[in-house]
Amino acid sequence: MEKKNGAQILIESLLKEGVRVVFGFPGGSVLPLFDALYDAPLDFVLVRHEQGAAHAADGYARATGKVGVCIATSGPGATNLVTGLATAHMDSIPMVAITGQVKTFLIGNDAFQEADVTGITRPITKHNYLVKDISELACTIKEAFHIASTGRPGPVVIDVPVDVQMQLAEFNYPHTVCIRSYQPTLEGHPGQIKKAAKLINQSKRPIIYAGGGVIISGASEELLELAIKVQAPVTTTLMGLGGFPEDNDLSLGMLGMHGTVYANHAVMESDLIIAIGARFDDRVTGKIDEFAPHAKIIHIDIDPTAISKNVHVHVPIVGDVKNVLVKLNRLVKAGQTKEWLERIREWKRRYPLTYKDKGDKITPQYAVEQIYKATKGDAIICTEVGQNQMWAAQYYTYTKPRTFISSGGLGTMGYGFPAAIGAKIGRPDKVVFDIAGDGSIQMNIQELATAIASKINVKVAILNNGYLGMVRQWQELFYKKRYSHTKLLNPDFVKLAESYGALGLRVEKKQDVEKAIEEAIAAPNVVFIDFVVEEEENVFPMVPAGEAINRMIGGMA
Amino acid sequence: MKHTIFALVENRPGVLARISGLFSARAFNIDSLAVGETHDPTISRMTIIVDAKDERILEQIKKQLHKLIDVISVEDLTKKGFFERELVLIKVDSSSCSKQKLHKLTDKFSAKVLSYEGKKAVIEAVGDKDEISALLAALGGMKICELVRTGRVAIAK
Repeated sequence: MEKKNGAQILIESLLKEGVRVVFGFPGGSVLPLFDALYDAPLDFVLVRHEQGAAHAADGYARATGKVGVCIATSGPGATNLVTGLATAHMDSIPMVAITGQVKTFLIGNDAFQEADVTGITRPITKHNYLVKDISELACTIKEAFHIASTGRPGPVVIDVPVDVQMQLAEFNYPHTVCIRSYQPTLEGHPGQIKKAAKLINQSKRPIIYAGGGVIISGASEELLELAIKVQAPVTTTLMGLGGFPEDNDLSLGMLGMHGTVYANHAVMESDLIIAIGARFDDRVTGKIDEFAPHAKIIHIDIDPTAISKNVHVHVPIVGDVKNVLVKLNRLVKAGQTKEWLERIREWKRRYPLTYKDKGDKITPQYAVEQIYKATKGDAIICTEVGQNQMWAAQYYTYTKPRTFISSGGLGTMGYGFPAAIGAKIGRPDKVVFDIAGDGSIQMNIQELATAIASKINVKVAILNNGYLGMVRQWQELFYKKRYSHTKLLNPDFVKLAESYGALGLRVEKKQDVEKAIEEAIAAPNVVFIDFVVEEEENVFPMVPAGEAINRMIGGMA
Repeated sequence: MKHTIFALVENRPGVLARISGLFSARAFNIDSLAVGETHDPTISRMTIIVDAKDERILEQIKKQLHKLIDVISVEDLTKKGFFERELVLIKVDSSSCSKQKLHKLTDKFSAKVLSYEGKKAVIEAVGDKDEISALLAALGGMKICELVRTGRVAIAK
């Protein structure tokens, strides 16, 4: 059999895994790999910073459900991936990152551009490998893709020394993979499912609390079926947005720190929480001792460690969400929840999600609503982190899975723009917006060059309030308006966009918002819309950190 | 409360770092950790004595360990009958204790005097936690110059 070098084996293996797009940046320790990429039948997207490659691979994965792949060189190239890996890890995103490493015999010698990449990435990846032997390369890649994409997904790093990339070996790609120490539980325990069904059938005030697991598992239809059958209201986490149609009467939108008043009230008053693919994060539960005091809790999750980590669970079900829901749906009966739903409707009437109109001035919430209108809810919305993220979560109505892409767990500023690039490559048929803040967008602004050079038609809506808005909001509310280092002196975003070859639009009046969005969507290239918005607008409602989630400020008027 | 758990893990470089990293990252407390190859050379066995303030934390420790890809299985021995042993080597200043007296003392604890030279003696002892503590208490009159312990290993009955 003809022998191939390590770099060729790597590329061939990626092709065997069905990879069509790779994001990355070259360097000394991946030269053989880039040589193999030169004529490989793969789309390679050259980013301008490795962090952009990691986030783009992540955005691609979230938009498509496939494994995102990125490549970086050793040392600084690999360490630049770190934030992206941690982001993907916290949100359970399937990714494979391939890093170059110094030559095998130099490892540990503080060689040029050497970093202990497996050491550094160990706590922020699902798993990682250092491949020191060419004979293990192909099966390592097979394992990496398997681990990244199954069970609770996550990022996997493969560190490949440059000499291994050059060694020759026969290429045999394994068909199957069996890891004795890794056997995720997919089927829920039938007895537990029965118990859950019994609780559901007895409940008078059930609420479904759905997280990102619903989207990862592809269980939106099963979730809808459960909700309708049981007549249970559904609230989602930030990661769960799009997992349940928000235009459905049973939807309560998002819960938690910036959730709706009615979702939080419903959780606090419910007698049964059906948690599905969610992990009771502190931004969701608020003060844990006072969380849902009347409720029993059913928790369906593929990750056993997520269960009873933060709250005591009465009926745990470890398994794939879709798998479990299919079985659960067969056992539940039509719910008797009329009174409960009526009460919730009353909360909805009394405490709607709303904001004050500011006349001619643009409020950020209005801008987000207009993006929803213009895209008819059919776009993929990526966000940065902070106020922009919360407004994007609150004022766009998500009805389909994989349409809201945001760094939930790690809360990574600078995530949205490169993620949008990845998402657009994965879903070229979709309009892709990054809803950004003027602070966040500057954290990976260099990727504008990537989008232009690779002709990736993404739209960026900057909600420009001249502040690091969320921090400013906390300073206003909890630090006596001492705006310590949150006022930003910004570049002219229109000129900046133009200098890269993108279209830049500035919008200063409310009446011009709609037109600008239409123009951006129609434009054949990358667009930055600089929405000059109300400076000191706050995200409400809000649960102050450490409070019970029904003690909200704002939004109660 | 202390719990004696063991994990069977892939005998591979980096596995110990994964486990110790997990304990520090999640703020779990380890009292003792001992690792060695099993009769199957591809598998190592780790005996870990953890300090968990409640059942929930103990459950988390076990589940988080099991979640690591290289961990094959995790078991808690605490509620089962099990043997637990630790090997301790102790170098003492024996100038105040005759060889004979030292032998008499160590015999009581099934410990051995490995050497008695000049003013120093080296003692080897094997036992469970209480036996080792009792021996150390009995040696109290002597100055301990060095002490090294393997960490406890355990096996179910």
